[in-house]
Amino acid sequence: MSRLAPHPGELIDRSHELEFLYGATRVTAFRGDTFGSALYASGRRVFSRSFKYHRPRGLLCCTGHCANCQMTVDGEPNVRVCVTPAREGAVVTGQNVVGSLDRDLLRVVDKLGGPFTPPGFYYKTFIRPRRLWPLYEKVLRRAAGLGKLDPDGARSARGDVEHEHADVVVVGAGEAGLEAAIAAASRSDRVVLVDEGPDVGGAFLADRTGHVRAAELRGQALAVGVRLLVPAVAIGIFEHGLVPVAHGDTLVKIRARKVVVAAGAMEQPLVFPGNDLVGVMLPEAARRLVNLWSVAPGGRAFVVTADDRGLAAAADLTAAGVEVAGVLDLREGQPASVQARGRRGRVESLAVDGRATACDLVVMSGSPQPDVKLLAQAGARVSYDRARGVFVPTELPPGVEAVGAASGDVGAPAVPPAVLGHGGERCFVCLCEDQTTKDLAYAIDEGFNSIELAKRYTTATMGPCQGRLCQLSSIRVHATTTGLDEAAIGTTTARPPHTPVTLGLLAGPPAEPVRRTALHHRHGELGATSMWAGPWKRPHSYGPDPAAEARHVRHAVGVIDVSTLGKLLVSGPEAGDFLDRVYPNRLSDLPVGRIRYGVLTGDAGRIMDDGVVARLDDETYYVTTTSTGADSVYQWFAWWNAVWRLDARFVQLTGAVSAVNVAGPRSRELMRRVSTDDFSNEGFPYLGARPVGVAGVPCLALRIGFVGELGYELHAASPLAEHVWDTLLAQGADLGVAPFGLEPQRILRLEKGHPIVGHDTDSESNLLEAAMPWLVNDDKEFAWVGKWATRQVAERGLRWLLVGFESPTGAMPVEGGQVVVDGRPSGRVTSVRHSAELGKVIGLAVVPHRLAVDGGRFAVQVNGRPVEMRVRLGPFLDPSGERVRA
Amino acid sequence: MSLLVTCPNCGPREVSELRCAGESTSRPSAPPTERELNDYLYLRDNAWGFQREWWFCRVCEEWFLAERHTHTNEIARTWHPEPV
Repeated sequence: MSRLAPHPGELIDRSHELEFLYGATRVTAFRGDTFGSALYASGRRVFSRSFKYHRPRGLLCCTGHCANCQMTVDGEPNVRVCVTPAREGAVVTGQNVVGSLDRDLLRVVDKLGGPFTPPGFYYKTFIRPRRLWPLYEKVLRRAAGLGKLDPDGARSARGDVEHEHADVVVVGAGEAGLEAAIAAASRSDRVVLVDEGPDVGGAFLADRTGHVRAAELRGQALAVGVRLLVPAVAIGIFEHGLVPVAHGDTLVKIRARKVVVAAGAMEQPLVFPGNDLVGVMLPEAARRLVNLWSVAPGGRAFVVTADDRGLAAAADLTAAGVEVAGVLDLREGQPASVQARGRRGRVESLAVDGRATACDLVVMSGSPQPDVKLLAQAGARVSYDRARGVFVPTELPPGVEAVGAASGDVGAPAVPPAVLGHGGERCFVCLCEDQTTKDLAYAIDEGFNSIELAKRYTTATMGPCQGRLCQLSSIRVHATTTGLDEAAIGTTTARPPHTPVTLGLLAGPPAEPVRRTALHHRHGELGATSMWAGPWKRPHSYGPDPAAEARHVRHAVGVIDVSTLGKLLVSGPEAGDFLDRVYPNRLSDLPVGRIRYGVLTGDAGRIMDDGVVARLDDETYYVTTTSTGADSVYQWFAWWNAVWRLDARFVQLTGAVSAVNVAGPRSRELMRRVSTDDFSNEGFPYLGARPVGVAGVPCLALRIGFVGELGYELHAASPLAEHVWDTLLAQGADLGVAPFGLEPQRILRLEKGHPIVGHDTDSESNLLEAAMPWLVNDDKEFAWVGKWATRQVAERGLRWLLVGFESPTGAMPVEGGQVVVDGRPSGRVTSVRHSAELGKVIGLAVVPHRLAVDGGRFAVQVNGRPVEMRVRLGPFLDPSGERVRA
Repeated sequence: MSLLVTCPNCGPREVSELRCAGESTSRPSAPPTERELNDYLYLRDNAWGFQREWWFCRVCEEWFLAERHTHTNEIARTWHPEPV
C-alpha cells in the first residue's frame, strides 16, 4: 500500500487499519478509505470493463457519478466503490468480465467489433436467420451488461420509510448549500440539508486546505439546528414539496415548503480520442485521491482544462510530488487536436497538435455543467448558455430555488470544441454505454436526428451516470454533426430518480400486514393449519381430514371462529330508511329481534357483498359483511349517507367484536349448558337475534343457518371472546364439540348450495343471474341502489344462472374450469368439493340460462377431457330447511 | 401522485392516507332510461382543470368533497357536504 506523506486535511485515519478481499487478494485500507481509494492505493488501476467493448476503465470522477468503478461488493452488484466506505471483511469483485478485470476475454469485441457493432447492431447483424435470435440474444445478454444479481441469493435487506416535515430542504452541502441552510435555520425554519457526501463541504472536500472551512460551516449549521442527512441522495422533487431522500437503508420522505437546490456543478470530460483510457480522469478525482486519501494518482501528469479546476488539480499534484509535465489551459488558446494514446488500455502519452508528451495521468476538464438534473425534473426550464457552453436553469417552478453553481454560477470557463480530435483511439461521448462520436454520427445519418431519438437509438446518456458526464457532450456533438444550434437541440427530459436507488429501498419495509382474530393463538394450540383469507390468517382445518370435520358438525356440534366477519352498527331514526335504500330488500319493516339476509349491489347492479342484518331496537341495526368487505361496506354506507344525509350513523365494530358460530344438532344442548337464557325453538326461533349471557359474557346471539344446521352465532367483545370459546369447548366435551376450519365450512355451505360472494360471484354478477331474485323488492318508494340496473337485466332476459351441479361419474372438475355446451365455452365452475355426507362431488357453476333446469346437462374439462355434469337446483342437503329450524 | 390533500377534519395529509373516489356524480332522481343510466354509471366529464371529487379520509373515516385541478393537482378547496 503506497501512500503519500500524511497531511492535515486527509480523511484517512492511519492508526486504524482494516482489511477486505478483492477476489482472493487481501487489501489493506485505513478508516476513512473507500473501497476505491484503498484499491487504488494497492496498485489497482482497472476498475471495470466497459458495457459493450469491454475496454478497461479506471477511476474517472471519484464522486460516485460515473459507472467506471462499479464493482460487486458482498454480492450486491453495481456498487460505486469510489464513494463506498471500505468495510472490514467485505468481498469485492469485478463484474461484466470473462476472466479478470485485467485480462477480460471479451476484450475481443473492442478489437473486432467496431464496424460490426454500430447502434442497433443487434437488430441488424443478428436478426437472420430468425430462428437463431434466441441464441444470439442469450450470448449478447451475457456479453453486455453490468453486474449480475444472484437469483438464489438471500433476499437483500429492504429499506424502511420515514416521513419528515421541514420548512426548507437544501440539496447539496457545498458552500452555497451550507450558507443557505444556515441562513434559513437562523430564521428559525426547520431545515434539512442533504448531501451525497462523504461529508458536508462539497468542493471544499477535495481541496487541500478546504477541510478547515468545511468544518467551520458544519459547526455553524449544527449550532443553528440544521438537520444533516449525509451521505444521502435526494432522488427527486415531486409535487407539493415532496423530496424523497435515500439515506442508507431508509427512504426519508420529506415534505418541504421550499426546496433549495445547491447541487453544484458536474465536471465534464473532454471529447478526444482515447478519452476513456485508464489514467484519464477529472480534476476532482485526482484531487480527492491526493487530498482525501493521500494516494498519488500517477507519476507524470498532463492537464487539459477549460477552467480553474484543472489548475487546482495541477497545484495539488505538484504539492503531492507528482510531476506535472504540461498544462493546457483552453482559455489561453485552443489546439487543433488532442489525442491520448495508450497500451493495454492505459494512457501512455498525450499529443497536443501532434506533439506527444509521455504521461500516465491525464487530468481533463471541460466547462463544468451546473447540476440542473433535479431542477429540470422538478419542472425548471433549462437553456443553453453560449458564452460558457453549458446548460443553465432559467425559469424555476414555484417553491424551488437554486443557489451556487447549480444556479449557473460556474465562473467563466473556456468553451472547448465539441470534439478535440480525430483518429487513433476511439473517441467516447458516453462512457457508460460505450457510444463514440462515430456512433452518434451514424445514428444521425440514419435519420435519428432529434436528440430524443438519437438518445433512444444509441442509448447515449441512458447508462448508470444518467447523463451526468455525457449529456452536455452528446448535445454538443449532435450540434456539430447536424449543424444545428445547442439551444435549438435542447436537453432530453430529466426524470427521477436523480441518482440510482435500489428497488428494495423503494419497495419499503418487508412487512406484510396480517390481521389475526382474538382467538388466533387458540387455533394454533388446537393444531390448526392456517391460511390467508384476504388480510386475515384463518384456520384451514384442525386436522388432516376436513371432510370428517365437516361431518362432525352435521352429526354433533362444531364451533368456528367467524370474528373476521365485518360488523357494523347502523343506528338513528332513519337507519331503517337508509338500509332500505342500500339493500334490494326491505329492512325498515324488520321486527325487533329478527334477522334478514341481505346482498349489496352498486347502481350498476353488480353484487358487492353480503351478510345478515339484525334489528336490535327501533333505531339500531347490527349488520355483518363478508370477511374482506368490512372496510369497503363501511365506506360504501358512509359515502351514500354523505350524499343523502339521512339521520343515521355507522360504527365499525369489526375489530372490537369477535364472533363464534356454534353449529350442529347438539348446539342447543351446548348452549343450555353455558347460558341460562332461553334457547328453545319457541323462545328463540330461527332468524332470531337475542342478547344473551354466555359463560357470564354478554353476547348478541344470532340464530342463523350458516352451515345449514341448527346454530347460533355468538358476538361478544373481543377481549372476552377467548373465555366464551374456552367455555364452549370445555362444557361441550362430552357432546363431542370440536372446532372446524374454513375448509370444512366450505364443504358444509356448498352442501346447502350457499354461494360465497366474491367466490361464486364476481364483479359482473347480478342478483338475478346469481339466482337471488327473491331478495328484490320493487315496491319500495325510494329507488334502492342497483334497482334500475337490475330491472334492465330482467328486461333483457337472463343469460346465465348460478346453479348447483353434481358430477355423476365422480370426476372432479377444478374451480374455474370451463363449462362446455355443444363444444363451445359457456360458463364456468365456481365451486366444487367432494361431500362425504352425500357421497358425491357437488359444485356451483354459472351456466347458460336455458340449461338451468333440474337435470340440465353440460360438460366440464377434467384432465383434458369433457366430463358430463348435471344441474341440480336447490340445496343438495335438507332442501326444505328442517335442520336449521329444528 | 404524491400530493397533499387537506381533510376538513384532519388537515393536510399524504394522499396515501386518503382514497379518491373520483368525480362526483349526480344520481338520477327519476327512473332513468337505459341511456341515462349508462351515462350516470360510466360516463365522466374527465375535465382538464378543476373538478369536484369525492375523497375518503382514512384517518377520521369521513367523506368530503374537493375541487382538484386534474393537471396540476392543485386543490382549491375541500369541504364536507352540507346537510340537505
